[in-house]
Amino acid sequence: MKLIVNGRDEILDREMTILEFLQTKGIDPSVVVVEYNLDIADREKWGEITLKDSDKLEILQFVGGG
Amino acid sequence: MNDKLIIGGKEITNRFFTGTGKHPNNAIIPQIVEEAKIEVITVALRRVDLTSPQENILNYIPKDCILLPNTSGARNAEEAVRIAKLARACGCGNWVKIEVISDNKYLLPDNYETVKAAEILVKEGFVVLPYVSPDLMVAKALEDAGAAAVMPLGAPIGTNRGLQTKELIRILIDEIKLPIIVDAGIGRPSEAAEAMEMGAAAVLANTAVATARDPVAMAKAFSMAVEAGRKAYMAGLGPVRKEAEASSPLTGFLD
Amino acid sequence: MDFLTLLSPQAANYLEAMAQKAHRLTVQHFGRTVLLFTPMYLSNYCGNQCVYCSFSSNHRLVRKKLTLDEVEEEAKSIAATGLRHILILTGESQKHSPVSYIEDCVKVLKKYFDSISIEIYPLTTEDYTRLVKAGVDGLTIYQEVYNEETYDQLHPRGPKKNYRFRLDAPERGCRAKMRGVNIGALLGLEDYRKEAFFTGLHASYLQNKYMDTEISVSIPRIRPNIGGFTPKFSVPDRSLVQIILAFRLFMPRMGITLSTRERAELRNNLVRLGITKMSAGVSTEVGGHTIKNSTGTGQFEISDNRSVAEIKEMLLQMGYQPVFKDWHQLNGERAGEQLL
Repeated sequence: MKLIVNGRDEILDREMTILEFLQTKGIDPSVVVVEYNLDIADREKWGEITLKDSDKLEILQFVGGG
Repeated sequence: MNDKLIIGGKEITNRFFTGTGKHPNNAIIPQIVEEAKIEVITVALRRVDLTSPQENILNYIPKDCILLPNTSGARNAEEAVRIAKLARACGCGNWVKIEVISDNKYLLPDNYETVKAAEILVKEGFVVLPYVSPDLMVAKALEDAGAAAVMPLGAPIGTNRGLQTKELIRILIDEIKLPIIVDAGIGRPSEAAEAMEMGAAAVLANTAVATARDPVAMAKAFSMAVEAGRKAYMAGLGPVRKEAEASSPLTGFLD
Repeated sequence: MDFLTLLSPQAANYLEAMAQKAHRLTVQHFGRTVLLFTPMYLSNYCGNQCVYCSFSSNHRLVRKKLTLDEVEEEAKSIAATGLRHILILTGESQKHSPVSYIEDCVKVLKKYFDSISIEIYPLTTEDYTRLVKAGVDGLTIYQEVYNEETYDQLHPRGPKKNYRFRLDAPERGCRAKMRGVNIGALLGLEDYRKEAFFTGLHASYLQNKYMDTEISVSIPRIRPNIGGFTPKFSVPDRSLVQIILAFRLFMPRMGITLSTRERAELRNNLVRLGITKMSAGVSTEVGGHTIKNSTGTGQFEISDNRSVAEIKEMLLQMGYQPVFKDWHQLNGERAGEQLL
């Protein structure tokens, strides 16, 4: 199954939720925000949304800026 | 004297705002906030690097700071709106500094797209602080749109060239009822003080602090300069005489 | 400086210092120029009973309304003096001088004048827009008196009783894209310091909100009129000067209009204090620019009977430029076409 995450192809070898995906990537879910297929995904739903082939994910976080 | 700046219902005492970009390391940020008593601080939103996740900048910002996420990276109104909504979804408040830049040479804000973004974001319930080139008609449009402040640039971003747009900013201060927060280009505390003496409501400087040899000391110097400038403004500057009072009487006919 | 302070009795002790600064600001923003215009009275039919006005429906006055031919004759006579800016006036009468009549007159006048201003009863935004389309570019409307109680007493009957509709008329004019809007209070009807203060605030509000309209104020003092109304408050020359200076210092770029209500010598002296527009060659009678003998049916008595040529000469003597035309309206022509 192939996703597009932050503009890049990402191959998944099994089905998983957004939350599981973040965990496998070592990302602390509490510090990011996720856009799922161009809509902001509610934090509470991350454990319920199962990723499908060709889904688009944007995972963002605050960084330094002026 | 109670001289608080009120934006989006929040009372702000320190009228010097700073940012979290370009610092040598993040650990310096809490020191800056503490030493310079920073109350409003900017952050940006970026994609997480999946190969090597970065530190969370929020860990370095004390919880009582007002977080002002910018929409940097946006090239038009639509992108700015998208970034603002994502920033709000992070759960750190509803303030946003609209920053739309479609010019890579001078990095000047796109006023037209900024007004469009402000109109949308105000309706969506954001506390909107748009970063613009100082233009009176644009500032009026932002006022009409319901922006919480207007943030005109003193000089192009990151140039440390000071209050190059002084005359235009003075017009905004005279004509616009919203707080005018001078943002970008301010290179030294004396320039921040000058903006405040003119009646600016606050000053935001990031590069000047982050690129100083001692950012903590520089942030403190800026806070002091901004406070001094504000006090001078409130005290009412004495008149500057251009010429000696004139010659032949104009009201002699009344005698 | 604080506008209220400038109007205070205390500030009257500093008139010379105020005058020097007002003069400097006026020259800085306008140069040494004065725009000249004249009023043309179209009709004196009126349904109002303003106690200070000769046109009041209470008075037995010969009522007259110019036909379009007469308008043209008046226009020719005025244009012959060199004037290119005109202010047309009527009493308030839907029957005798409705908007359609004004519109017809404007069509005639456009042939002779570059700028046409109206000083008529207050209109809706739609009607102002209609007149702007017809070629009107300026609106003059005085609140007469800002004090609402006094206003009510001085306007016992007629449509003018509606204080609010009149108060908002200048703003409607701005919305209708009038190029210039001129407001004022009739000095003498109330405490002139308060009235001047409200006039200034009104002007400042309009200027800030409608930056594409040039805002001006007039400082008319009450003049003798049929009915013999005696103003409750006297406004001495010294006070008139203070008001003009306060306006200029408060709003350096605002137009200040001076009428022939004031005598010639005083008018000459006021020019340097901040006046930017003056009427010249004036008659306040309907048809007054063409009739041979005055019938005494003017709106009020004027004090400066000088001709346009005489006013022009006076300004030149003082080192001022008399301006007869300060803009040209392009009616759908390409910009600059007239210059080719």
